[in-house]
Amino acid sequence: MAYLELDRVAKQFGAQTVVDDFSLAVGKGEFISFLGPSGCGKTTTLQMIAGFLDPTRGVIRLEGKDLTAIHPAKRGLGIVFQSYALFPHMTAAENVAFGLEMRKVARGERAERVRAALAMVGLAGYEDRHPRRMSGGQQQRVALARALVIKPSVLLLDEPLSNLDAKLREEMQIELRQIQRTIGTTTILVTHDQNEAMSLSDRIVVMSQGRIEQIATPQETYERPASAFVSQFLGKTNDFAATIDRTSAPARLIAGSWSAPAPAGLSGPVTVSIRPERIGFGDAGLTAKIVTRIFQGNHWLFQCESECGPAIVIRQNDGQSQPVEGEAVRLAWRPEDMSVRGASA
Amino acid sequence: MSTAAEERSARAPWALTAPALMLFVGVLLIPLAMTVMLSFHDWGQYKGIEPVFILKNWREIATDSYYAEMFGRTFRIAILTTLLTAVLGAPEAYILNRMSGRWKSFFLLVILGPLLISVVARTLGWALLFGGNNGLVNKLMMSAGLIRSPIPFMFTETGMVVALAHVMMPFMVLSVWAALQRLDPQIENAALSLGASPVTIIRRIIMPQIMPGVLSGAIIVFSLSASAFATPAIIGGRRLKVAATLAYDEFLNTLDWPLGAAVATLLLVALVLIVVGSNALIERRYAEVFR
Repeated sequence: MAYLELDRVAKQFGAQTVVDDFSLAVGKGEFISFLGPSGCGKTTTLQMIAGFLDPTRGVIRLEGKDLTAIHPAKRGLGIVFQSYALFPHMTAAENVAFGLEMRKVARGERAERVRAALAMVGLAGYEDRHPRRMSGGQQQRVALARALVIKPSVLLLDEPLSNLDAKLREEMQIELRQIQRTIGTTTILVTHDQNEAMSLSDRIVVMSQGRIEQIATPQETYERPASAFVSQFLGKTNDFAATIDRTSAPARLIAGSWSAPAPAGLSGPVTVSIRPERIGFGDAGLTAKIVTRIFQGNHWLFQCESECGPAIVIRQNDGQSQPVEGEAVRLAWRPEDMSVRGASA
Repeated sequence: MSTAAEERSARAPWALTAPALMLFVGVLLIPLAMTVMLSFHDWGQYKGIEPVFILKNWREIATDSYYAEMFGRTFRIAILTTLLTAVLGAPEAYILNRMSGRWKSFFLLVILGPLLISVVARTLGWALLFGGNNGLVNKLMMSAGLIRSPIPFMFTETGMVVALAHVMMPFMVLSVWAALQRLDPQIENAALSLGASPVTIIRRIIMPQIMPGVLSGAIIVFSLSASAFATPAIIGGRRLKVAATLAYDEFLNTLDWPLGAAVATLLLVALVLIVVGSNALIERRYAEVFR
């Protein structure tokens, strides 16, 4: 049985539907990310789980019990807010202790748990600091300790890393993942950063305009995007118009001068998606011309103009000589590296 | 070359602030100094003001219990007014802050209302409602049999406190409101998710954070109430004098300018000490919230 379950949850504000038909089963200890652009309904969904908003339709269940019937203060969820929402008039230790105090945990045990929680997030010795005297990263750790010290059934993270600079964000990602693995708390992360979602989660829920586009492992969402939106949103991709010709035998998939045996099922006009790092320069394939060539340290980025429209190609900087700007090339890829969708999808 | 330029740039700030500085000195500092000096002059019914240095006025204020009573009343009214505005104004600001856009601007206007009405019209309005047997409220309540005799309002300290609190309320509400704007919009949700009840959220999370706003509002209300003139003059009449109305009477009725100056100076010094003192206290106590 699923630990946390959202069953066809929807949220409407007036006539506007912000979240629609959202169904998800989260296993115990799983790390799930809600990924999507701003306004896709991911934060609204999180707030419904937290209880700050009531769903218009649908049910949210935790261990089989209807969560929507429980007051937010009694749900026992740990939440880290984007702004951290620390209590500025309390020290770090008082902030962390607040949830335990509300649970009437005895003073001695409380002090011990606060100390342990702050030590876990690497803030031992910062007990008496006030939040405004701490850096963004430290405040974030206090917020995490405050959410975890109450031993929440589910940890909800609302874009917790978006206010940190790139380097710190990467460090916190690793640390967050380690802490989550160690204590095994079921976690839901809301983010618009695909790298963050991919490096942290067991599964990603890709959302767009209030609907789920795909629920899959990070690798699967990247390799086998379920829709054009997913393939565009997760990393760079090339979409080429192609046709499947079933008049000749064996049937073939044709994109410009590139062709391969057709996959089963589809026929007629289709769209093929290929990740830029899966395209190579060869002797046969799509004819193209290099427009710009950008050196990015460990790889080269090529922007090409192909017979099927613009294309981007990423090649590893392996020391080999690379084509120069203006050079005519042929683009080729292995059929198993592309995903094929009906032209409308 | 460079020294001339440096000299010029050193003189520039002085030159630029000179006009305002001269205005400030001319219309504030000099009259203030003259008032202080005046309080040390002598005065007699038949000889008028004598520019000598004596402590007669100050000795009179220090020894005559009339002045102690009058200053006591002044600060009692100011403290009660401050408490009343804090108790009513802080929740008012909190509710106002939670209202949606349209209602918020409407009620903000309602709260600012007393400031938009002339002090005389506003105070006489209170007199129309509560003044003696003919006051509207008193009349209604007496004819309904709720009270036997009119509620005493005019010429009472209660009346002065209520009327002052009415006009001072905007200062408290706006000051608390400004503090509420600095709150993290998710802070209540954060406390809620940790298991806090609504009462606990207000007491433990909201109150400590808006306290600096309440206290700075209190300083404004206190100093304005202690030096208020028009409202105490109309509600208190000639019977219940406060420092401001007493100084006015000494200046314009008795014509004992030196004594009036001494009362005014004492009021000013007391207010400055109270305001500066409590300000320092607040800044120390709430250093973390102010950062």
